[in-house]
Amino acid sequence: MYRIRSKKVLGPELKLMVVEAPEIAAKAQPGQFIILRENEYGERIPLTIADFDRQEGTITIIFQEVGRSTRDLGLLEAGDSILDFVGPLGKKSEIEDFGKVVCVGGGVGVAPVYPITRALYEAGNHVISIIGARNRELLILEEEMRKVSHQLVVMTDDGSYGEKGFVTDALRRILSQDNYARVIAIGPLVMMKAVSEVTKEFGVKTIVSLNPIMVDGTGMCGACRVEVGGETRFACVDGPEFDGHQVDWNLAQQRARMFLAQEKIADEAHGGGCRCQK
Amino acid sequence: MSEVDAKRKVNKQPNKQPMPTQDPQVRIKNFSEVALGYTEEDAVIEAERCLSCKKSPCRQGCPVEIDIPAFIERIRERDFAGAIAKIKEKNNLPAICGRVCPQEAQCEKYCLVGKKKEPVAIGRLERFVADYEMARGEGTIQKPASPTGKKVAIVGSGPAGLTAAADLCMMGHDVTVFEALHTPGGVLVYGIPEFRLPKDIVRREIANIEKMGVKIRTNMVIGKVLTVDELLQSGYDAVFIGTGAGLPYFMNIPGENSNGVYSANEFLTRSNLMKAYRFPEYITPIVTGKRVAVIGAGNVAMDAARTALRLGAEESYIVYRRSEKEMPARKEEIEHAHEEGVKFHLLTSPVEILADEEGKVRGMTCLRYELGEPDESGRRSPIPIKGSEFFMEVDTVVMAIGQGPNPLVPETTPDLELNRRGNIVADETGKTSKPGVFAGGDIVTGAATVILAMGAGKKAARAINDYLATL
Repeated sequence: MYRIRSKKVLGPELKLMVVEAPEIAAKAQPGQFIILRENEYGERIPLTIADFDRQEGTITIIFQEVGRSTRDLGLLEAGDSILDFVGPLGKKSEIEDFGKVVCVGGGVGVAPVYPITRALYEAGNHVISIIGARNRELLILEEEMRKVSHQLVVMTDDGSYGEKGFVTDALRRILSQDNYARVIAIGPLVMMKAVSEVTKEFGVKTIVSLNPIMVDGTGMCGACRVEVGGETRFACVDGPEFDGHQVDWNLAQQRARMFLAQEKIADEAHGGGCRCQK
Repeated sequence: MSEVDAKRKVNKQPNKQPMPTQDPQVRIKNFSEVALGYTEEDAVIEAERCLSCKKSPCRQGCPVEIDIPAFIERIRERDFAGAIAKIKEKNNLPAICGRVCPQEAQCEKYCLVGKKKEPVAIGRLERFVADYEMARGEGTIQKPASPTGKKVAIVGSGPAGLTAAADLCMMGHDVTVFEALHTPGGVLVYGIPEFRLPKDIVRREIANIEKMGVKIRTNMVIGKVLTVDELLQSGYDAVFIGTGAGLPYFMNIPGENSNGVYSANEFLTRSNLMKAYRFPEYITPIVTGKRVAVIGAGNVAMDAARTALRLGAEESYIVYRRSEKEMPARKEEIEHAHEEGVKFHLLTSPVEILADEEGKVRGMTCLRYELGEPDESGRRSPIPIKGSEFFMEVDTVVMAIGQGPNPLVPETTPDLELNRRGNIVADETGKTSKPGVFAGGDIVTGAATVILAMGAGKKAARAINDYLATL
């Protein structure tokens, strides 16, 4: 059992939990993820590590309640426990002094981009960060990102905060003003795809973090197959980070829809016997 | 039918006492166990078929060295508790072995009775006494030797790891098993379906091993949260690696990443470990369409094809590029699949998987094959017949064509020698190129059987014990 030390509601359906997992915290690196199973009936869901504290022995996760499993998870409070919590999984981000880099986070994707941005900043890079969300309420980690960036651009789709527009709008402007060694982009598939298209025009190497459907997370099942550079890779052990210019985005989007009908059934079953206040 | 000879009663029935099973038409609608197990009467009648011959060749066929005639003799005497105690001297997972061992290729292959008749049903008898004990509570827990003060880490809680752990614990060592998944058991829980090996049985056998004193830590991915070197540095005197064949192979044909193509590991893990067959009570989903093609013909393939039927498939196919004779699955599994209505498309293999506009599988382009000369595996190799392309309409494809070694431990243990395929190189006692590190089971041999992994675990336990004595 893995105790939830604290919980914060970051926005509508957006939650942060600090979970006690000292062995994982001791080893976690930016870019890696954990898999959790909330209870005996739960799915194993992968979540990218939003932060880790080796001293405190904690892992921070940030998640958006998009379906049954994340909604169930969101019902837990500080002091409750998560049944299974395993990691750190996947390969760590490549961190070195590349020179000038742009870190892009969209929606809940700002959470995993944060520790990578911090590591790049600490490694001596000149870091420009772009974070975006649909609206002000859904924007997360602005202050944290600001502290580890030389410049931070905030975008909202509806213009309720920061600049109105998509992260790609800001990215295009930034890339046309100066040369950058690489772009790191994490967010919804459509965003990462759009970012990769923009950076391809400018010829800037782009790293994305894929979060496909997984079961075990250790390479055993192959549910997380993605195609990168025409080759099939397992995101859990070969990734989760890949070259955005090589990813087959259409396939990734298609595979993300694999269980849509079942997810709906599971979601409707929610509220039956569980502790959810309907 | 039985006759009494001068010394002891011998049942001269040519055939094994039949195994009571669920009716095929009933069982394809449920996940309960297919084989129901012998009654006491069945067991005694079958035990009386054993000649208790002097040489007892059956024993040479048992990878874990069970004294087979001795336990069967106790069944004849209706001393069922004595029989299970005899087995447990050598085998800590009898209820599992009695169900999933390929006895026809092991003990029963050498049985003297089997020269002219069906061999004694050693596996069914083993299962009977193991179940007999379980039905009567906890049974006997073996008592370990006095503590040696030596610590051993076991990586992986499948058949190899559990056997090594139990044996090392019996020898008095302090044993901790590290399991990556949330439930211990390895392939016994994620791979083999409930209808062939009830998970409650696995849970109880593992609980007995824990009661002996073995510690099990789940959710520990060795190679990630801790490396083998860190285990050695943190006070473990030896490490046994039994991480299994955990990397599924795909065919590398077009369309293989379409929605509706699973590896057998994924398909079975969803159903078995995550209990997707009880969706949405358990919220892990599985999609089985109306027509499922399982590619391959090993035990895993049979498990997948039979699982598909139970999940509601109208048609479940085994698609295999060789003929019936070369199918690697156990005869009993093939028979069960036939009885349940699995259809066999032999000498056939897909060359492309076709999807609809949403990316969902709609069928496969297949080729027909004929058999040529035997290849390096000794089996006649399949040769595609030119121009034999045809369309097979399916909406789900399960790839059950084998698995490679899981890379997480080898990748993070630099001085561990690997072979070309990525398996850990170990001698017959399990010793690897790295001092204090032993390995056994599928991670060494490539995908094989539960009992061979257990045999490897047993040998490695002995070698580890010898090694610890030198420290």
